[in-house]
Amino acid sequence: MRFYELTALQLLDLYKKREAKPSEVIESIFERIYEDDRGLKCYLTLTPERALADAKILDLKLKNSDEFGVLFGIPTAVKDLISTRGIRTTCASKILENYVPVFDATVVKKLVESDFLMVGKTNMDEFAMGSSNENSAYGPVKNPWDITRVPGGSSGGSAAAVAAGHATVALGSDTGGSIRQPASFCGIVGLKPTYGFVSRYGLVAFASSLDQIGPMTRTVEDCALLLSVISGHDLLDSTSIKRESVDYLGSLRRDVKGIKVGVPKELSGEGIDGQVLAVFRAALARMEKIGVKVEETSLPNIKYALPAYYLIAPAEASSNLARYDGVKYGFRDDGASGIREMYRRTRAKGFGREVKRRIMLGTYALSAGYYDAYYGQAQKVRTLIIKDFSDAFSRYDLLVSPTSPSTAFKLGEKVDDPLNMYLSDICTIPVNLAGLPAISLPCGQSDGLPVGFQIIGPHFSEERILNAAYALERELGLNWTVK
Amino acid sequence: MNYEPVIGLEIHVELLTRTKMFCGCPTMFGAEPNTLVCPVCLALPGTLPVINRSAVEFALIVGLALNCNVGGFTQFHRKNYFYPDLPKGYQISQYDYPLARKGYLDLEGDSSRRIGITRVHLEEDTAKLLHPGDTGRITEAEYSLVDFNRAGIPLMEIVSEPDIHSTEDARLFMVSLRDLLRYLGVSDCNLEEGSMRCDANISIRKKGESAFGVKTEIKNINSFKYLQQGLEYEIKRQIGALDHGDKLVQETRHFDSRTGRTSSLRSKEYAHDYRYFPEPDLVPMNIREEYIQELKSRISELPQQRIVRYQRDYGLSKDQAELLTSNPALCKFFEESSAICTDYRSVYNWIFSEVSAFLNEKSILIDESKITPRNLAELITLINQGKISGKIAKEIATEIFKSGESPVDIIESRGLTQISDESDIKQIIDEVISENPKAAQDFRSGKTSALAFLVGQVMKKSRGRANPDIVNSMLQQSLKEQ
Repeated sequence: MRFYELTALQLLDLYKKREAKPSEVIESIFERIYEDDRGLKCYLTLTPERALADAKILDLKLKNSDEFGVLFGIPTAVKDLISTRGIRTTCASKILENYVPVFDATVVKKLVESDFLMVGKTNMDEFAMGSSNENSAYGPVKNPWDITRVPGGSSGGSAAAVAAGHATVALGSDTGGSIRQPASFCGIVGLKPTYGFVSRYGLVAFASSLDQIGPMTRTVEDCALLLSVISGHDLLDSTSIKRESVDYLGSLRRDVKGIKVGVPKELSGEGIDGQVLAVFRAALARMEKIGVKVEETSLPNIKYALPAYYLIAPAEASSNLARYDGVKYGFRDDGASGIREMYRRTRAKGFGREVKRRIMLGTYALSAGYYDAYYGQAQKVRTLIIKDFSDAFSRYDLLVSPTSPSTAFKLGEKVDDPLNMYLSDICTIPVNLAGLPAISLPCGQSDGLPVGFQIIGPHFSEERILNAAYALERELGLNWTVK
Repeated sequence: MNYEPVIGLEIHVELLTRTKMFCGCPTMFGAEPNTLVCPVCLALPGTLPVINRSAVEFALIVGLALNCNVGGFTQFHRKNYFYPDLPKGYQISQYDYPLARKGYLDLEGDSSRRIGITRVHLEEDTAKLLHPGDTGRITEAEYSLVDFNRAGIPLMEIVSEPDIHSTEDARLFMVSLRDLLRYLGVSDCNLEEGSMRCDANISIRKKGESAFGVKTEIKNINSFKYLQQGLEYEIKRQIGALDHGDKLVQETRHFDSRTGRTSSLRSKEYAHDYRYFPEPDLVPMNIREEYIQELKSRISELPQQRIVRYQRDYGLSKDQAELLTSNPALCKFFEESSAICTDYRSVYNWIFSEVSAFLNEKSILIDESKITPRNLAELITLINQGKISGKIAKEIATEIFKSGESPVDIIESRGLTQISDESDIKQIIDEVISENPKAAQDFRSGKTSALAFLVGQVMKKSRGRANPDIVNSMLQQSLKEQ
């Protein structure tokens, strides 16, 4: 049986009926990975020995007990900037090429406690900086829908792995769209939770005030399942919020009739590809059909989101990445004669172009004499954007937009045009600045490539978002198989 | 020309919290290198800081004791710079919203000698660099080693206003601060171990002028003496330069204790741009007023007030009161003991002789020893009642240190009560006289020194329990009678 094609809920059902064993399922996944000759490069590290050993233990559990963890025997991919004890965690950077963590991230601990199976660590843009996965120091991931195209980024490896059946579910991280945009490009579901809802302990920091770990799955149900495992308060993360996780699966089927949805005109007009817009509008019409009230609205300050983001995120990154100095762990250039030169050579060789570009941007934005004009001003914009959203949510239950202005673009198409590349996240970035939860789910195709539909909600409205996403998913009935 | 120095001090102290500022590692001194570390204080990728509540509490208490504004909004910032002793590449510190600000310290409790306190803030200490080689100096080492045990230990920075105008007052300020911090129990302020360090800013101006001169900063001073010597050297150097019409430059200087001179480290033109910004991994704090009130009630009496009270209520001299006040644990012991035994002078003397000698010998604190305030009070009462001699009391004290038993129990179990019953003593005296006929004869024939020998023999026979005054008079009488 082709277990790799099944969703987490389908696998759990088979386990409960004793019609599948975790070891068979994980073998099916690794077979799929090894036999797939398209060179997708979803993973930087595969962990078959550990997965198989864990699976054999679960086989025994299955035989002897009826107590299953929530993710019992579910083959899971973990983005390579989430710390895994004893398993290399590179962040797709040369500077951490041989770095092996001594501790598990809080989310990984939670996965372990829920009986998951780890397939491996997924490829990504270096330190999560990028929208195409072309910034990986180990070569780009390819889109399983069309291998001449990018899978999106930065969680491109996780998105491609789930879409191609190289994993059943995956964890990604989202700083400006890094879960939702690749989910959109690869035709899967990706959720960025409310800031503070999933612990960041063990997530290698890109921009601390924006980063958030979230689920990437083939269905909304699987997304709900994974979210219920990874969310919740963590004492090790001071920005984590004291709110416990709930059973999101249980409330998915609630009726959405009568809920009010706003469509921000700034995210659904100019700058968005015409065909993407058409697919998006068709999906909107289907939402109305199931009783959702749809109205156009406005987020007037959203035009400042991109510049504000490209000051705040690089500023925090410039500081977060200072620890990669060749002194304690990771890559060190040995040719230097003094400490200053060692720093320079290590960081010059260890970091890729985009990472260096952002470190420089951020260092500049924080410099004496420029702080108020750049970082300070960007924080004010952030406050305005938060207010725009809260005004909108006083009138609407949810906001919706296309996830990305385009479908997956060609590999190499935007590499030399960083500004154009940055525009790829125009619809997702404002959500991170406001710390809101948002999901991307497939809503159709344009020229044979998937189009993503973004649903944004107020803080801690994950239940409402998943509920609406599930209703739309059922109404659209796309039922795409693995690519 | 008549000049006056303008001095401001920045003092760093390591706090006596059990754990580090942002992780759970212990803060012990002297452990093997890199044994008191964890992923957080080693800055492993993905780790996050969590604020140490008791460090915040200590800083607030110090803020209150220094008459600062405390409470309300406060937050941590990142101070960014590269150095191998800084594992994250930034230090978590405070910038424009410190925990306490705008206070003062009166030198010797004299409000006419008030030194303003600019701010009190918290930050984390750096790691320690070791430079292998004969000299231990960085310039002569082939490589350097990093010990992260110290990385992340809570560090409190206290910044004074430039209100100090003599090197003696600078020294006094630092000493007073040390006494205050020790008294509050927030730091051991051990300068030799580096748990108290000072940076001194100094400039010179003509007397009567209000504008500041060009200042220099003497970094990392770890002794009261060096503080004074360094400042004295700088004053002379700066006055000399001004008298010669030389231009002073704003710079950081190092004091060399061997030569007694300061030398330039770096000029401010090469000053770092630390790119401070709010630490996004920590949420800002809002210190509630009720919490401040609770802390206030805990530090209701400050050292100066306590010194006055000790003189007034216990009849101690100023020196005695100051010595006692400088050690909060002994204060507590003294007050508790004095609540049971009103011979305060004896309580004080016992604490600073027998008890202190024992603690020093064992290198322990009073809380760690077995003697209790009640033990000591009872012991002194027994002496005063004439039930035991001073000598026996010392033996009993040794026993208390060992077992923690009460003096009464020790006396009973070992039969150490002083013998004051004349018939018992008479019996021993008779024995001694008959055993030492020569000494008895010598005394009778006028050799008074023989008496001391015989008294000694009686005491020996009674194992020191006989009351020496009674022995003396009874012995003389017996010798005359026989």
